[in-house]
Amino acid sequence: MPFGITFDDIRPFIAPVIYALVIVAVLPLMAGYIVLLERKVMAHMQARMGPMRVGPHGLLQPIADAVKLLLKEDITPKNADALMFWLAPLLSVTMALLAYAALPFGPAFQIADLDVGLLFILAISSLGIYGIVLGGWASNSHYSLLGALRSAAQLVSYETAAGLALVSGLLLGGTLSMKGLVEAQDQQGVWFIFIAPFSFFIYLIASIAETNRAPFDLPEAESELVAGYMTEYSGFRWSLYFLAEYANMIVVSGIAVTLYLGGWMRPLSAVHMHIFGLPYELLDLLPALIFFGLAAWCSKLALRQGEQIQKLVMFLFVGMFLVLGAVMAWSLTSPSLMPGIHGAFWFIVKVLVYLYGFLWFRFTFPRYRFDQLMKLGWQFLIPLALVNLVMIGIAIVLVQQSGWPLAIAMIAANVVTLIVAFWLVRQGDKPMIAVLPAEDELPDVGPGEIR
Amino acid sequence: MDPTRHNSTTEIETTVLGADEIILNMGPQHPSTHGVLRVKLKLDGERVAASECIIGYLHRGVEKIAEHRSYQQFAPYVDRMDYVAAVSNGLGYCEAVEKLLGAEAPPRARVVRTILTELQRIASHLVWLGTHALDIGALTPLFYCFREREEILKIFEKYCGARLTTHAFRIGGLQYETYDGFEEEAKRFCDDFAHRIDEYETLLTENRIWLGRTKGVGILSAEDAIALAVSGPVLRASGVKWDIRKAAPYAAYAQYKFEIPVGKTGDTYDRYIVRMEEMRQSRLICLQAIENIPTGAIMARIGKVLKPPPGEVYHAIEAPKGELGYYIVSDGTTQPYRVRVRPPSFINLQAFDKMARGSLVADVVAIIGTIDIVLGEVDR
Repeated sequence: MPFGITFDDIRPFIAPVIYALVIVAVLPLMAGYIVLLERKVMAHMQARMGPMRVGPHGLLQPIADAVKLLLKEDITPKNADALMFWLAPLLSVTMALLAYAALPFGPAFQIADLDVGLLFILAISSLGIYGIVLGGWASNSHYSLLGALRSAAQLVSYETAAGLALVSGLLLGGTLSMKGLVEAQDQQGVWFIFIAPFSFFIYLIASIAETNRAPFDLPEAESELVAGYMTEYSGFRWSLYFLAEYANMIVVSGIAVTLYLGGWMRPLSAVHMHIFGLPYELLDLLPALIFFGLAAWCSKLALRQGEQIQKLVMFLFVGMFLVLGAVMAWSLTSPSLMPGIHGAFWFIVKVLVYLYGFLWFRFTFPRYRFDQLMKLGWQFLIPLALVNLVMIGIAIVLVQQSGWPLAIAMIAANVVTLIVAFWLVRQGDKPMIAVLPAEDELPDVGPGEIR
Repeated sequence: MDPTRHNSTTEIETTVLGADEIILNMGPQHPSTHGVLRVKLKLDGERVAASECIIGYLHRGVEKIAEHRSYQQFAPYVDRMDYVAAVSNGLGYCEAVEKLLGAEAPPRARVVRTILTELQRIASHLVWLGTHALDIGALTPLFYCFREREEILKIFEKYCGARLTTHAFRIGGLQYETYDGFEEEAKRFCDDFAHRIDEYETLLTENRIWLGRTKGVGILSAEDAIALAVSGPVLRASGVKWDIRKAAPYAAYAQYKFEIPVGKTGDTYDRYIVRMEEMRQSRLICLQAIENIPTGAIMARIGKVLKPPPGEVYHAIEAPKGELGYYIVSDGTTQPYRVRVRPPSFINLQAFDKMARGSLVADVVAIIGTIDIVLGEVDR
């Protein structure tokens, strides 16, 4: 090889490069199917069917949407800053994808186990805001500009709360490495959500706000700002923003899962059960059973399809689930591969559960107003996160220095935080400093006329 | 107002803007201006410093058309004004012409009219609730509301063959007898609707975000409401107990017991509560009317060719959106000399600037939704 590079020098990079390629290739598809899932979940919550036409039960809808977006005309507004307009969505999507570098999908499936993994992800994902602000500014439209400004203010506010919530998780784990955090939960035998529930819920709320999802979707509030910073975008560039949004959703879910929900660990990983004399644990059979169950369900749906082609596509999905189930079952026999494959499965399942929460909120709650959003962030979440952080710090000191049992210390800490939370809610209900000026401060002009 | 005037260099272009002020055009194509309303907002940051509603994008000259149609021919046109409450429009017009003729619809026709009109009020309020909640960001109530509205539209369709622009009534009474099972279907809807409306309330009424978005938003005091000639739920939410169904009963309303819900502060939340309660009251009126539909003729003897004596008449009804009045001048021919409509949406929209000034952009959509305008009626 040239320059004296041997194969051994390249070897450490092979797996990460393959992982990176897999992520970049699979993520857009995954984002598409999350959109389908969202539409299906929304439809069922709203007493209707959702996509049913493109493929059986709309299963090919994401592909049709992607093709449509690629073929759409790509418009640059006349007075837009063309370079920035072109650059902004790229910036957004690049930053969203970069964050995956440190996200551990399993004990082995991680591109880079950085010592500062969590910090890296936070830093990179907050850079994504440049894409939004630049896009909003470059579009040269009022709606876009307002959306971008809202987005910037919102992200800055809620990153503080999210960061403080994450710090309390870090205190428990004692490391910034994403892999180390999961291993810490493994060693302590408990997911951090159970010892620091407030951190989790603060992070949950802050992460919804950070990804601009309802009820915090003010930057793209459809009924107010048309589409916010994306108003002037169309076609492929629009879909890049869209991809970035869903990629970011998966990233924040990944952080929450890693930090609070035990990452790739199987639920009840401390429980070992064997039945029928099988050499495998009962819960380890679950992934395979889930996929076989999905296959059975899909074949039932397939038989109901009227059209031959729909039937065929449905059976393709049946086949896919059968293959995945077989992989899950087969990996049980290989102790070296089992943790990796099952880890990735559980990680993705947990991410989907977390995302389901996102969707559920979206279809249930009305949208916050901007001042209320800021009030929630600065007057409730940040103070609560600070108190929670201090309390968890004290609890850890009590456990480590004074030898308190972990459970007692954490229950005490959380009760104090709960009391503070109630107090903050009561404070919040009192009238705050007036945001709106009084009637007489406003310029007095005649009704229905602007002078 | 002439819409073209605002496209030339006028007030807004010559305005000297403050350092932080921008002009934002909301509409006529915007997801939440309920059609083709255009609102010009002067924004200081996100705060509304001044606003101006620009209308006329849906002007069809309905009033002028009336002058070239016979009295019966014009009746379907009124359905196209407030197209989410076509039955109410028809009722107002038919009763106004009957008043001009000195005729009166038979009792059976009046009761059936009342049932259909109250069902239409529920349907109209359901559209309002769904879109208003959607504007404020609650996606789901819309579909529940439309699910129930569909049941009402099915009753209309079975009765007269049309769902939206129904032309359900004729001058002098009704053209069609009620179909078999009309009473049962209307009653079944009313019975189901009682808990359906509770279901909507569980989604919204005590939701903290909903309260935050509606309480204290778009306050209209009783004095302002009266001064601006606002009517309907918007007026009642400001604390004025004024309902034409009670004040000057028409159709068969005098026979029924019902309450007029009123608000206290006149904010968006009060208007929400008032309309929710109105739907419950409409349901009660329907149930009372279904219990006892008189038998007999459905059409008064007024002849085929209508030639009202020369003169003028003003007749107003309580449409879902407020006082819907018809002022008709007859010159003794088969065609009206002049028809002037007092559309509730148009007049309620006047209150927009009063409500919106000083609020945020997000409140503007809440306020447009809470006035419950239909641009077909504003522009005619």
